[in-house]
Amino acid sequence: MNALSQFAPASAEIFLTFAACTVLLVDVFLPDRYRVWSYFLALAAVAGTALVLVATAPAEPVVTLSGAFVADSLSQLLKLFTCAVVAVTFLYAKDYLRARSLFQGEYYVLGLLAMLGIFVMISAHSMLSLYLGLEIMSLSLYAMVAFNRESPLAAEAAMKYFILGAIATGCFLYGTSILYGVTGSLDLGEISRRATALDGLDVHLLVALSFILVGVAFKFGAVPFHMWLPDVYQGAITPVTLFIGTAAKIASLAMIFRVLVDGLGPMHASWADMLAVLAVLSMAVGNVVAIAQTNIKRMLAYSTISHVGFILLGVLAGTTSGYQAAVYYTLAYVIMAAAAFGMIILLSRAGFEAEALEDFRGLNARSPWFAAIMLIVMFSMAGVPPLLGFYAKFSVLAAVIEVGRTWLAIAGVVFSVIGAFYYLRVVKLMYFDEPVEHAPLVAGSDLRLVLSVNGLLVLALGIFPQALLAITAVVR
Amino acid sequence: MIEAVIFYFFGAVLLGAAIGVIASRNPVHSAMFLVLSFFTSAFIWLLLEAEFLAIVLVLVYVGAVMVLFLFVVMMLDVAPDRLQGGFTAYAPQALVIVALVVAMLGVVLWAQPGQLSMLEAPPRAPPDASNTEALGAVLYTEYVYAFELAAVLLLVAIVAAIVLTMRKRPGLKAQDVPAQLAVRREERVRLVRMKPERDE
Repeated sequence: MNALSQFAPASAEIFLTFAACTVLLVDVFLPDRYRVWSYFLALAAVAGTALVLVATAPAEPVVTLSGAFVADSLSQLLKLFTCAVVAVTFLYAKDYLRARSLFQGEYYVLGLLAMLGIFVMISAHSMLSLYLGLEIMSLSLYAMVAFNRESPLAAEAAMKYFILGAIATGCFLYGTSILYGVTGSLDLGEISRRATALDGLDVHLLVALSFILVGVAFKFGAVPFHMWLPDVYQGAITPVTLFIGTAAKIASLAMIFRVLVDGLGPMHASWADMLAVLAVLSMAVGNVVAIAQTNIKRMLAYSTISHVGFILLGVLAGTTSGYQAAVYYTLAYVIMAAAAFGMIILLSRAGFEAEALEDFRGLNARSPWFAAIMLIVMFSMAGVPPLLGFYAKFSVLAAVIEVGRTWLAIAGVVFSVIGAFYYLRVVKLMYFDEPVEHAPLVAGSDLRLVLSVNGLLVLALGIFPQALLAITAVVR
Repeated sequence: MIEAVIFYFFGAVLLGAAIGVIASRNPVHSAMFLVLSFFTSAFIWLLLEAEFLAIVLVLVYVGAVMVLFLFVVMMLDVAPDRLQGGFTAYAPQALVIVALVVAMLGVVLWAQPGQLSMLEAPPRAPPDASNTEALGAVLYTEYVYAFELAAVLLLVAIVAAIVLTMRKRPGLKAQDVPAQLAVRREERVRLVRMKPERDE
């Protein structure tokens, strides 16, 4: 392989880097009235990246750049999905930012750079590139959380996110350094070989695994490493919450796959039990605490925590069907979360944040169509058939039962039933209560259209689950 | 033997300095403790035959980063007495958690002696081996991806810092240089015709 062809599998990342720099430079010279061009350029950058991805799709897994980078079917799938999610996030954000005079090109530049970090994490084949990708994503997200500098709540959220994120990264790095001491390599393939040779039960490997898992659980927001999540979701402006709740979750999934499955796969017996504890705690705390929330962003934050529990269930099964279920669940959750946060953006307007549950009161009287969309999304999150969330939960539970961990499946079902309460409460507020607000919804037609498509996708993929199932079947 | 003594001596100083960073009330003292911990880690890196990195640590972190840091700390109006109590307020819970983690690590590590599976230490480099050359040989070849990513990381840091600090505040007093240069005499100087006054 000559020097340049080594870089070919990373074409999408290279394109994205150049595109982000272009948007950054163009934005500097744009007068304020043409600011919308930064947005169009950012969308074009995402679309271009997707095109480059498709054009350079590898036929079989390629490890290149001295073992630091891998391109396989999993990376291809997650990256394409990230492109779609980021594009939708940018679109939802446009009107919201404009109404609050926060419409700056930096939101899009930071978003593109965070997307680059996510890409790097998805394609990481060494602990070093995984760490660098994680840092690129996290740094961009810290700045995005603090984006609204007038809001003390946002500053507090950014501070918490930053400090707790730094501690999590510290744990991750500490585990990585022990791992390096034991295996003598940062390359995930080499780590896997060495862990197999050590039979996966070596005590130093276990210590390294624990610290790495703490870091991963922090980024994922699994209990007991979830404290940052509700505050960040509430404090950040909704388009940023949307980004953290969707695209960043794909990165967390990629991180868990690369480290635990690709790298420490031989230690499955050890980490499966650790993940089981995290998963049950996440489902319990997430679903129970969400009931007590009056702020819908906080409620969705705790709902995220409970969904993370489900994703971890899929991963810990350790079988192909378990991994497929975890990917399926993550993609399904991302679609649903995008629609839910999109609804908050739709109901908000200049000087008014539709953050309280009360703001959804009587939505049916104000806009039957969007009340129906929200109904679909809430039912789907609760796991009601025939919606997307039902098949996600179903496939995870099936995978868990398949490996004989029936108790985990029972816990999952019980906590889902408890969780159904707060989703249904939103539906009750929308349909059976009198509206307190009568102002018509102000939103651009592009937001209305994409949000409708997003909501209908939850329904359509629920009625025809084969579509998404077929896509996730590429995960080995 | 002598190496072990040196290692444990600097390790102990490093730990003490690290505790000093978070325990001292005065931010300037914290910064100085951080300088001390950078110096001692540089010595430990020297023991690991990473001479170039040790020198870079001292030059860049102690020489540049920490000096800048000290400037910032001294310019910020941080009254030490306002920070009092913050450290000890959460100390009980923190100590319990730290004790738990240390105890668990201890149990795990000491319960299974003889299972040390650390890699063999690499052989000593010959006296004329060049650390810098070895780094240079891999930095742009084997680690080019990580190198470029680190560059992007710095770009992110720059963009984030500018986003968070550059803003147009209302009532900001700033010079408008083009307006100052374009000013004309008529706007600044007013000739007043006065009647000559005479002392009566």
